[in-house]
Amino acid sequence: MSSSYDLDRRDFVKIVLAFLGSVMGLILGLPAIGYLISPATKVQKSEDWIPAGALENYAVGVPSLFSFTRSKKIGWEKTVSSYGVYVFRLGEQQVRVYSNMCTHLSCRVTWQEEAKEYICPCHDGHFDIDGKVTLGPPPAPLNQYETKIENGNLFIHFVEGSHA
Amino acid sequence: MPEKVMTWVDERLGLAAIYNLILDRKIPKVNWWYTLGSASLFLFLLQVFTGIFLTVYYVPSPDHAYASVQYIMDEVAFGWLIRGIHHWGASLMVIFVFAHMLRTFFMAAYKYPREITWLTGVILLLTTIGMGFTGYLLPWNQKAYWATTVGTEIPGTAPLIGGLLERILRGGSELSAVTLARFFAVHIWFLPAMILLLLGIHLYLVMRAGISATPDETD
Repeated sequence: MSSSYDLDRRDFVKIVLAFLGSVMGLILGLPAIGYLISPATKVQKSEDWIPAGALENYAVGVPSLFSFTRSKKIGWEKTVSSYGVYVFRLGEQQVRVYSNMCTHLSCRVTWQEEAKEYICPCHDGHFDIDGKVTLGPPPAPLNQYETKIENGNLFIHFVEGSHA
Repeated sequence: MPEKVMTWVDERLGLAAIYNLILDRKIPKVNWWYTLGSASLFLFLLQVFTGIFLTVYYVPSPDHAYASVQYIMDEVAFGWLIRGIHHWGASLMVIFVFAHMLRTFFMAAYKYPREITWLTGVILLLTTIGMGFTGYLLPWNQKAYWATTVGTEIPGTAPLIGGLLERILRGGSELSAVTLARFFAVHIWFLPAMILLLLGIHLYLVMRAGISATPDETD
């Protein structure tokens, strides 16, 4: 009987096993590759417009601090970072927003009304009201945020990494 | 040409001899129940494979265990598949190993000269159940937590050494981060190492003694 076919029972079983094995290997193997590289295919959104409330709440001529937090979920870990910016209103519709992070070593600067300067407590870096360095080690002026005003509300363009 | 390559390789590695020894064994006329051992082995290898992949994202700490499992299920590509196979494979493996034991018992295949195959098999059944018990806690959800609370209370009722036994299992007097960490260690290192060792002996003995024939009226 087997002489009429080239394939005997043994070879048939071998071929079926090899075929089923390959199918199962692929069904499990290909998803496994996707499983491993999966986190690399997800890109986190790293910019956003932060609402900072009505513009009229900010006094004209005096920088005032506005703080906000950003939460981020990487994998199963959620982290919350807080940021501070100085909103400086020059006129009715004119506003500039500076990061309160010193460009030297990332300490937080504070606006000193009597000195009319931003002063960093760590290494005594001074910045004037336009964010320019006037004294100390900071290598660059304070970072400035892009802003927009919609229906009298101020929005700050937060871009991750550029101000941190 | 491929023939030549195969001969060259085989002369050096002796794979054909191993192949003949393992797969071209003479076996008596048997039935489908005799495939349960191979099925258990297949399920074990599947559990090893999917288990290794699960450790890529799973974190054995109360802070992150639940969230990391959710992450595997909802966000990692094919995470549901890998965990799904591990989850269902675990139940299937217990069923298959148990059925394998029943077949061996009812076919009287545990007798001379296969007593040690049977004994290693008994321990393999217990380690399989141990894998189920330790793995059940790892998702760190309500069911896992309370099942393990009860599961560790049971040995706690044993006379004299019960309390100590329970504290050893839990790594303290209550279920905690320590419990989760030691269940994880037992699940991925201690028990698999034990299974591999016993499986090696078990399979060696199966090949050495061969498959026992189904009993007939003369037995």
